[in-house]
Amino acid sequence: MRKFVFAVSAALVVGLTTPIIVSATTPQEDLKAFRNYYYEKFPDVPKEDYINGIYSLNKDFREQWENQEEFPPYEEFIEKGEEMFNTPFANGKTYADCLPKGGIGTRAMYPHFDKESGTLKTLEEEINKCRKANGEKPLKYNKGPIANLTAYIAYTSRGEKFDTEIPNDERALALYEKGKKHWYMKRGQLNLSCADCHMYNSGMFARSDQLSPALGHLTHFPVYRLKWQGLGTPHRRFGGCNKQVRAAAYKPQSEEYKALEYFLTYMSKGLEANGPALRK
Amino acid sequence: MAKSIKIRAKAKNGIVTVKALMNHPMETGLRKDKKTGKLIPAHHIQEVMAKSGDTTVMDAVWGGAISKNPYLSFKYKGAKGDDLTLSWVDNKGNSDAVTAKVK
Amino acid sequence: MNRRTLLKRTLAVSAVGVAASAGLLTPGQVLAAYPKGAFEAKDTAGALSGAVGSSSFEDSGDIKIKAPDIAENGSVVPVTISTGMAAESITILADSNNSPLVGSFNLQGAEPFVSTRIKMGKTGNVLAVVKSGGKLYANKKEVKVTIGGCGG
Repeated sequence: MRKFVFAVSAALVVGLTTPIIVSATTPQEDLKAFRNYYYEKFPDVPKEDYINGIYSLNKDFREQWENQEEFPPYEEFIEKGEEMFNTPFANGKTYADCLPKGGIGTRAMYPHFDKESGTLKTLEEEINKCRKANGEKPLKYNKGPIANLTAYIAYTSRGEKFDTEIPNDERALALYEKGKKHWYMKRGQLNLSCADCHMYNSGMFARSDQLSPALGHLTHFPVYRLKWQGLGTPHRRFGGCNKQVRAAAYKPQSEEYKALEYFLTYMSKGLEANGPALRK
Repeated sequence: MAKSIKIRAKAKNGIVTVKALMNHPMETGLRKDKKTGKLIPAHHIQEVMAKSGDTTVMDAVWGGAISKNPYLSFKYKGAKGDDLTLSWVDNKGNSDAVTAKVK
Repeated sequence: MNRRTLLKRTLAVSAVGVAASAGLLTPGQVLAAYPKGAFEAKDTAGALSGAVGSSSFEDSGDIKIKAPDIAENGSVVPVTISTGMAAESITILADSNNSPLVGSFNLQGAEPFVSTRIKMGKTGNVLAVVKSGGKLYANKKEVKVTIGGCGG
């Protein structure tokens, strides 16, 4: 009897605190509206070309970019990543032993919702879990060796399509909504949301930078930025974006950024993985 | 310094198009080290030479205003199977050279 | 452009290249000819005199300069110069740089075409000077270099 009461009250609590999740639109509806926003705004851009970011909009920038792609500066990092990937840990095991499908060609699987734990799985976190399980130290999340590894994995995944799902599971929907909220919420001293720049003002110039459309934003990571003179993970870029509107950055692999990555990747559903890529 | 030049040379209609990338910091001598505030000494490629077999087809003099990891493309009359040698020398006397077969 | 195959090809060719590489050029051989003064000159006239022996040139629309209107990044500005003239040399300058001379290419039989990437400290002209029949011809194109709004 006591157990029953418990169950009822638990159900009540859930019922009372979750209406926030029951938003006006479903993820499927959001996705349609999100895509259509860009399709209508930039009718001349081929739908599959959004993976190329600002270069899908600006021919002058695209030519400069293609010139550099003749000898891509991220090439050496793919090679380093491949070497890391194939070098066994001290215990003789490798990344291929613990990553799903041996790790190769799996970039487009991430992030995804894990039913068992009720959490999001990102490629970077899975790499570190794999390291820890094999007695190795975890890698730092923003740049360096972890980005070399993901660059190699992304390179072996080029052309694979993102097929991110938001399962009909309260926990998954809550994470999706969290990411969506981060995207639309104004923040920082400049009081700008991600959407202000990369949706409503995409295609406009902020000084000499043209704001890229968010459709396709997550397909090409890790990214080699000229500004960084090196590679960075998606969460490194998120941190930079937050700081640029004078807001505090969250930690890489925080639930906030994982949720944002989940939301944005879902918005790029159906597009091809094309990382690592070169960006300004 | 042996791995500093990547090169592709392709012949089409009697013209060889060469595209090359050289790994080099190309320091101008005007940049300051962010940590120490001191000027980073100039360190850049000064001369580049291209030879088809034993014949020089192009040579160039460069300053520090050529971008880091210099990219160079040029064209000359030649054919598939020819040897193309590209070499550079920098202001510290370092040098490298690479020979590729024209494809 | 299929970048997957492009990358593989690059890797393969560079490996062959490394194996074949050898010290074919000794520093002493070439350093003597280096026009240091021209690269240190603070104006285009001084730079040109030092590099190609004269600073007087004729404007020519027959020199094509392919360079961006707005540089994505001032430290990597792709520049391609070509011309229909029989060219002995092509010289590239950036007139707003502290030292304008960027590089000079002696075309000993090479076609009148050069493509490279240059550094530009601020907005200015890319000046291309072609030596043809012992005379100098030039054309220019403005490239805007601005600090980015996103910390670029």
